Amino acid sequence: MNATESIKAIKGGEFLIRETAADSIFIPEEWNEEQLMIAETCTNFIAQQIAPNLQRIDDQEAGLMPHLMEEAGELGLLSISIPEEYGGFGKDFKTSMLVTEKLGAGHSFSVAFSAHTGIGTLPILYYGNEAQKQKYIPKLASGEWKGAYCLTEPGAGSDANSGKAKAKLSADGKYYLITGQKMWITNAGFADIFTVFAKIDDDENLSAFIVEKDFEGLSLNTEEHKMGIKGSSTRQVFFNDCKVPVENLLSERQNGFKIAVNILNIGRIKLGGGTVGASKEVITLAVRYANEREQFGRPIAKYGAIRYKLAEQAIRTYASESAIYRACQNMEEATEMLMALGLDETKAKLKGTEQFAIEAAILKVHASEVLDYVVDEGVQIYGGMGYSAEAPMDRSYRDSRINRIFEGTNEINRMLTVDMMLKRAMKGELDLMGPAQKVAGELVSIPDFGAAEAEGLFTKEKKYIANFKKAILMVAGAAVQKLMTQLGKEQEVLMNMADMLIELYVSESLQLRVEKLVALRGEEACKEQLDIMRVYINDAAERIARSGKEALNSFAEGDERRMMIMGLKRFTKTEDINTTQARRNVAAKLIAENKYCF
Amino acid sequence: MKILVCISQVPDTSTKIILKNNNTSVSSDGVTYVINPYDEWYALIRAIELKESGTANEIHLVTVGKADVEPIMRKALALGGDEAIRIDAESNDPNETANHIAAYAAGIGYNLILCGKESIDYNNGTTGVMLAELLGMDFLGFATDIQIEAGTAIVKREIEGGEETDACSLPMVISCQKGVAEARIPNMRGIMAARTRPLKVIAPAAQTPLTAILSYELPPAKTGIKLISPDNMDELIDLLHSEAKVI
Repeated sequence: MNATESIKAIKGGEFLIRETAADSIFIPEEWNEEQLMIAETCTNFIAQQIAPNLQRIDDQEAGLMPHLMEEAGELGLLSISIPEEYGGFGKDFKTSMLVTEKLGAGHSFSVAFSAHTGIGTLPILYYGNEAQKQKYIPKLASGEWKGAYCLTEPGAGSDANSGKAKAKLSADGKYYLITGQKMWITNAGFADIFTVFAKIDDDENLSAFIVEKDFEGLSLNTEEHKMGIKGSSTRQVFFNDCKVPVENLLSERQNGFKIAVNILNIGRIKLGGGTVGASKEVITLAVRYANEREQFGRPIAKYGAIRYKLAEQAIRTYASESAIYRACQNMEEATEMLMALGLDETKAKLKGTEQFAIEAAILKVHASEVLDYVVDEGVQIYGGMGYSAEAPMDRSYRDSRINRIFEGTNEINRMLTVDMMLKRAMKGELDLMGPAQKVAGELVSIPDFGAAEAEGLFTKEKKYIANFKKAILMVAGAAVQKLMTQLGKEQEVLMNMADMLIELYVSESLQLRVEKLVALRGEEACKEQLDIMRVYINDAAERIARSGKEALNSFAEGDERRMMIMGLKRFTKTEDINTTQARRNVAAKLIAENKYCF
Repeated sequence: MKILVCISQVPDTSTKIILKNNNTSVSSDGVTYVINPYDEWYALIRAIELKESGTANEIHLVTVGKADVEPIMRKALALGGDEAIRIDAESNDPNETANHIAAYAAGIGYNLILCGKESIDYNNGTTGVMLAELLGMDFLGFATDIQIEAGTAIVKREIEGGEETDACSLPMVISCQKGVAEARIPNMRGIMAARTRPLKVIAPAAQTPLTAILSYELPPAKTGIKLISPDNMDELIDLLHSEAKVI
C-alpha cells in the first residue's frame, strides 16, 4: 500500500490508536482563490444584508427572513454542495463547510440557513427517489421553497425514536394520514416543505414523509418565545389526519430513524463550523472594543487580564477549527474511496460521513462549548456594555446557548462519542484491545524517558499526544473491564471518557495543523500559531488528567487505582511552559490586527 | 456597444499601513488587496447594468499590474466582466498608467471607457482624464448617474452647490463616483464562471513615468480626546483658544 492509499484508508475513530501525518490533513490556510472568493461573498452578505438588520430579524418582521433566504439563494449560497443536475454548484464538503462557517456570524439567519440547507434539504437529496428530487430539490436550492424538519415531539427529544406521531394508509390507498404534534420546528413559520417523521401503524421504527405546507391537515402554532435566536422561526406543527400522497414517503418504510441519524451526523459537524464562524466574529468585536475602550488612561487591551481572555478565545477557536476541517477532509476522502469501490455518490457521501460520526459528535460538542466560552468572555471584555442590550454581546451571548442543545444535546453527543467508539471496537472495526493491553503492560514497566530522541519543533507535543492516547486507552480499558455492561449506565464515566477523547482529537488536529503550516510558511511566520498550540496542549493535558482521575476514582480501588493514577500522571505530564507569555504573544497579534486574524 | 472598465488594485480600507526602506515604499506584508471601490461599486457595476439592459454587449476589464493583481481581476470577472486584460507593468504614475492603457485600447474600438473617480490609495484621480486625452476622446468626471441614449451619454455630475446634467456623444471616458450604481456581491454562478473567462496578459509598451515618489510619511498619531461637559462652555472656549488654537 502506498502512502496515499494508506491516508485514504483512515477510519473514523482511528485517531485514538494511530498516528496521522501532518501533510495528510487539510488546513484552512490552504483555501484556494475560488474558495476565498466564495467566503468573501458570504462575509459581504452578512455585513450588508444581515448585520444592519439584526434587530428587524429578531423582531420577526413579516416576510424578512424568507426574503433574506431568497437573497442568499440568488447568490447561490443555498446550493453550494447540491449537484448541478438539481440546480446546485456541486462543490465539495469543505467548501460548503466554509460557507456555513462564514454565515455562522449571522445569528438567527444562520440558524434558518443551516436548518434549510441541512435538515430541510438533505433528507430529500440523499434519500429521495428521482421524482422527489426533481420536484423538490431545485426549488429548495434556489430558495424559492424553504425547508423544515419535524422530528422532535413534546415527549420525544433526545429519545427521537419514541415519537407518538402516527401515519396510516387511507382507505383508497392513495394517502398516508399523519396525526401527531411536532415541537421546536425551526423555519416552521415560513417553510414550504417539511420532512416529517412518524410511525406507520404499529411499526417499531419511524418512517419519513415529504409534506408540503398546503397539504390538508397541517397547521402551525404561534411562535415560541425563546432566550435567543429570536429571529429564527420556531413553532409547533400539528398534523391532523394530514393527507400525504403515498409517493411522498421518503426512502423505505421504517427507514426514518436511519435518515434522522445520518442527516444529524452532517448537521453536527456543520454546527461546529457555524459556531467557529460565530466565535471569530465575537472575537473581532471583543478585540475592537478592547482597543477602543479606555480605562485608567489606557485602552483595556493593554491590560493582562483582558489580553488573557482575548488570547484564550482565539486559542480555543483556532483549535476547534483545525479539527473541523481535518474531519471534513477525512469525510471527503472516505466518500471518494467508497465511490471508487463502486458506491453511488449519494450512498458514498452518507457512508463517508457516517464513518466519521464520532468526530462529528466530538466537534459539535467542542465548537459549541468554545463559542459559549467566547461569548461569555466577550460579555466580560465589554464590561457594563456587555450587559447592555444596546451592544452586540447581548445577542451573541443569548444566541450561542442553543448550540449546546440542538442537533443532539452535548450530553447525548458525548455518550454517542464513547458508545460509537466502543461499538466499533466490539465489531472488530477498531482494534482498541491490542493497544489498550499494550498500555496496561507499560504501566508495570519502567517509564520510557525518551532521552535519546532528537528534539524537533514538534517532538514534545507529538509525545504528549501519543501519551494522551495511552491515558484514554488505559481509562477506557479499565472502565470496560470493571463496569462491563454497567458502563452504559455510568454516565458520569462516559462524560469523562468523552471529554478525554474530545481533548485528544482537538489537540492532535491542532498540532498537525501547525506542523503543516510551519512546513508551508516557515517557523518565523507561525510564531503565534506555535504559541496557540503549546498553550492548548498544555491545558488539554490538565483537562485530560482531571477527567481521567475522576473516572478512575469512581470505579477503581486499592493498588490498581494507585497504579492507574500514577500512569495517568505519567501520560498527562508535560514540561512547564510560560503560558502567560505565550498568551500575551497571541493577544498582541490580535490587538495589532484589530480582529481575529488566525 | 463595447465597454472598457479600468480597474486598480488597492489595499483594503482597514489595512494598517507600514512603511519600509527608509519610508520610500509601503510594505505589502499581511495586506489584503481589493478592487478600488470606485472602480468596482460604480464603474464596473454600471457597466454590468448597461449590459443587462441590452445597451452594451461586451465588457472588458483592464488593469496595469504584475501577476499579484490577478486575484482581484478574477473577482471583477466574477462580478460580471467578459474578459480581463492585465498589462504586465508596475506603475504608480498616472500618466504612465494612462499611456499603458491607451496603447492597449487605441485600436480596439471601445465605445465607452469607465473608471473610478480616483483610487483610494494614491488619490491622483487623473488617469481617466489623461486616458481620454491620449485616445482623443471626450471626458466627463465625477459622474453620479450615467444613461446611454442613442450613442449619447447623459451624465449627471456633482458641481459646487448642486448638480449638472451633460450630454456627450460616444466614444468617451467617464469617471464614476457614488450614485452611479449600487454595490453588488459576486454570486456563485459568477465566481464559477470567472474561471472560464479569459484573463489575458499583454506586454507593456515602453513608458517613462513623469513622476517618482520620493518618500512617504504617516499622519501624526491621534492624540487623546477631551470630553467637556455641555454645562461647561467656558472651559471648551478656553481650550479651543489656548490648546487647539483654532479660535
